[in-house]
Amino acid sequence: MKQIKKQVRHPLDDLLRIDRIPHIWCPGCGIGTAFSSCLIAMRESGIDLEKTVMVSGIGCSGRGAGYVNLDSYHTTHGRAIPFATGMKLANPELNVVVFSGDGDLFAIGGNHFIHAARRNVDLTVVCVNNFTYGMTGGQVAATTPLKAKTTTTPVGNPDTPFNLPLLAYASGATYVARWTILHTRDLTESIEEALLNRGFSFIEVLSPCPVNYGRRNKENGIDSLKIYQERTIIRNDAQPWELDIDFDRGIVLGKFIQTERPTCTDRYDNTCRPKELIEGEKGLE
Amino acid sequence: MVFWRVPFDSEEIQITTGIVYIIEDRCKGCGYCIEYCPRDVLEFSSKFNTKGYHPPAVKKPDDCVNCHYCEILCPEFAIYSVEASTEQG
Ligand SMILES: Cc1ncc(C[n+]2csc(CCOP(=O)(O)OP(=O)(O)O)c2C)c(N)n1
Ligand code: SF4
Ligand code: SF4
Ligand code: SF4
Ligand SMILES: [Mg+2]
Repeated sequence: MKQIKKQVRHPLDDLLRIDRIPHIWCPGCGIGTAFSSCLIAMRESGIDLEKTVMVSGIGCSGRGAGYVNLDSYHTTHGRAIPFATGMKLANPELNVVVFSGDGDLFAIGGNHFIHAARRNVDLTVVCVNNFTYGMTGGQVAATTPLKAKTTTTPVGNPDTPFNLPLLAYASGATYVARWTILHTRDLTESIEEALLNRGFSFIEVLSPCPVNYGRRNKENGIDSLKIYQERTIIRNDAQPWELDIDFDRGIVLGKFIQTERPTCTDRYDNTCRPKELIEGEKGLE
Repeated sequence: MVFWRVPFDSEEIQITTGIVYIIEDRCKGCGYCIEYCPRDVLEFSSKFNTKGYHPPAVKKPDDCVNCHYCEILCPEFAIYSVEASTEQG
């Protein structure tokens, strides 16, 4: 007789569209870990998941929205943040989580990012930074470290990468953190805090792309994790301008900013819909 | 768990042990769980799953402390641990 195998169910299966698992991410790709961390945080934070949506742009990381068993939107390249902003303005009750890649959020979508941060739109933005455009074959990105090899910089990247936490802070974000997929407990805790933070919250997750970034830099997945282990230091009190991505000098991780200021919706309501004005309009009806 | 000397507070302190479950056909053989298990519980198995990868196997079941690190590090939702005492057959 055939032996009946014991039914095994992963603790996150409820939050996953399991009919789509295994997902498309390559062996050793860190996006799955970042995504898993995001799901745990969403569950642990206690937010109402019936009122939670996930929005992604385009790219390997941008496939995230397609795997969460909640309302979710896979938008056009670079447009996850404006799409999410529209949803938040139309229905301020929603918890809106943006899960996307470095290319999507900071190259084609860079302008949307800085303005949503400036206006303090109440969103949680999780950026999987794998230092490249993974999906399209590993081209140089705005986040590629100096001298790193990519398909379009075969002798090494001549340019300086963005310091994303500094960019987020300078633009007006009210929560800013950086972790790697190896620091998954800290990462989960940060995403949880960010979900509960009222205002524009940003979390950068350093993550291996062994297939299209690692391979050209003689780094397999485990090598990348070793680098995240050996060449990082946790300093929650670091200043945003001390957070350059430079693996030779070491990378600073931590929760750097958590502060409060009026959100986009607060300011809009106070300015464009003050009580007198709304009552005045009612009188006209 | 075997001690070389029974700790004085062994009756108050609960030592949790875990049971690891592996959903073999989800695994893509990255080896992260094996490399980063703090107790070196796992190893690559020699068999292939349906996708042609070598999933992990439990080499030292008694050593698992149910820390869940394999579970949260796995990019594939392919491994998790449960506390041994709450385990139902
Ligand atoms: C308007 C437009 N331009 C270019 C592309 C091609 N494209 C697809 S994904 C991508 C980059 C994605 O990079 P990132 O956001 O870092 O995601 P990753 O794949 O690295 O996770 C590009 C340029 C596109 N789909 N649409
Ligand atoms: S190409 Fe890179 S980023 Fe895309 S799934 Fe593969 S490893 Fe991940
Ligand atoms: S739960 Fe912890 S100790 Fe047990 S196998 Fe997983 S990583 Fe190892
Ligand atoms: S971390 Fe997950 S995918 Fe990688 S070897 Fe372990 S079970 Fe397989
Ligand atoms: Mg990328």
